[in-house]
Amino acid sequence: MDWFFNFPSMERNDLREFKKSVDFTFTDFTRSYGADIEGFFEPLLMFLVWFEKFFINTPWPLIILMILVFAWFGSRSISVLVGTLISFLTIGYFGMWEDTMSTLAIILVATFLCISIGIPMGIAMARSNKIQALVVPILDIMQTIPSFVYLIPVVMLLGIGKVPGLIAVCIYAIPPIVRLTNLGIRLVDKDVLEASDSFGANYWQKLFGVQMPLALPTIFAGVNQTIMMALAMVVIASMIGVKGLGLPVLRAISNQYLALGLMNGLAIVVLAIIFDRVTQKFGLRMQKYRNDGKD
Amino acid sequence: MSKNDILIKVNQLYKIFGDDSNEALNLVKGGMGKDELLEKCNCVLGLNKINLDIRKAKIQVVMGLSGSGKSTLIRHLNRLIEPTSGEILVNNQDILSLSQKELIQFRQNNMSMVFQKFALFPHKTVLQNVGYGLAIQNIPVSEWNERAKKWINRVGLDGYETYYPGQLSGGMQQRVGLARALATDAEILLMDEAFSALDPLIRSEMQNILLDLQNELHKTIIFITHDLDEALKIGDRIAILRDGSMVQDSDPQKNYYGTSR
Repeated sequence: MDWFFNFPSMERNDLREFKKSVDFTFTDFTRSYGADIEGFFEPLLMFLVWFEKFFINTPWPLIILMILVFAWFGSRSISVLVGTLISFLTIGYFGMWEDTMSTLAIILVATFLCISIGIPMGIAMARSNKIQALVVPILDIMQTIPSFVYLIPVVMLLGIGKVPGLIAVCIYAIPPIVRLTNLGIRLVDKDVLEASDSFGANYWQKLFGVQMPLALPTIFAGVNQTIMMALAMVVIASMIGVKGLGLPVLRAISNQYLALGLMNGLAIVVLAIIFDRVTQKFGLRMQKYRNDGKD
Repeated sequence: MSKNDILIKVNQLYKIFGDDSNEALNLVKGGMGKDELLEKCNCVLGLNKINLDIRKAKIQVVMGLSGSGKSTLIRHLNRLIEPTSGEILVNNQDILSLSQKELIQFRQNNMSMVFQKFALFPHKTVLQNVGYGLAIQNIPVSEWNERAKKWINRVGLDGYETYYPGQLSGGMQQRVGLARALATDAEILLMDEAFSALDPLIRSEMQNILLDLQNELHKTIIFITHDLDEALKIGDRIAILRDGSMVQDSDPQKNYYGTSR
């Protein structure tokens, strides 16, 4: 009756061998291909470094001006504009300007990467049920697996630095944009698509003329979520060598510096709120045709 | 050209919705009815042996209750739905043999469609909606703008070019739908319960607009409706569908007074 009370598990030795063989296989893989893979990501690293330097080296009034222009273009709202200005002045005054710029750089690059990979993926998913069935479980894994678990192979493969950090952020942040692109396209009114068909539109004309424009508000909700999740990852990314607001937070945790942690944490929150308001207002403006009354 | 020229010929058309449509087809050809088929094969009989000749420059009405297969039939004419078996000839050309590319060409040039629920593009203005059929043929913007404006004027929507469909009333939206269909200058106009969603006064007004346009344009129109008054008012010929089968196809008087005469 022993098997009934104690789960009949693998022999301890076998288990150790099993883990060892997985580890060694991956180590071998890293040794033989690590350099190649690193080389593959070299342009990305250069771009990221250039972008970060651009943010840090440009005089702060110019950066604030640029951010305000972006906020105005997105939201067309005075209150968002004033809020953004006050937030960035406060961040600078409390000595977090440089870290904020680093974080901003990695967030923007990560978002750009996620959009340029995620939207085509979402389109492919919307086109074929088979691709959807294949991709959805992968997205589920990406969203639920603890981030530390995929940090292990990424760090083994690429070491510590900006690129592995960026990859970790992207793995965490890409699912919403893929899911919502897929959903948005699938939710487009069938009657409207039929009309487009009846006039002889081909696949690309339907995609870019009807499906994408009508799905845009949903896709934009995905972009918004992607940015939020990327920001949520900055502390974890700082553990593997990404500079920015996450690093002081990490330092604050290990040394119990309350003020330092609070300040940098709040700076992250402020960035998130600004991005959220601006992108949300932009998403709303794109649907103005849904409202009655002329603009 | 004699006035009874046949433009569209539908021959022995069957449509069965379901997984095992080939086996079901044999059963239907053997005389099985709609209810029995659903029970035995879990297939829905959409169209059962339809034969229909549609004359050039006439309004052919197809009548029937909902679920009788009217909308299914009209979608076969531009292959929005593929038949299970049968033949459709337009201008003596078998449209079922068209490749995907040829089909797109065919839809752009030969047929246009007006929908029951309007199916306008909500993100496009009235002008862009009306010009849609032309824009996707890569006609230059200035040209399709001009042609679209002409049709907007013709359906009485001058001044609404920059409005979005959501800002218009139902009747006005369907005028946009009608203008969009006319703008491509296609010879054949498919109208799927085009006026059914409108209230009676607006509907009667739209019927008059259609008849006026027809006096001038002489299109070949296939008009689906479930409304007998509408059918009698605008139809040159009226076909009646029931449970996917053609019950009758004749001129309006005969329909009205019954087949006994």
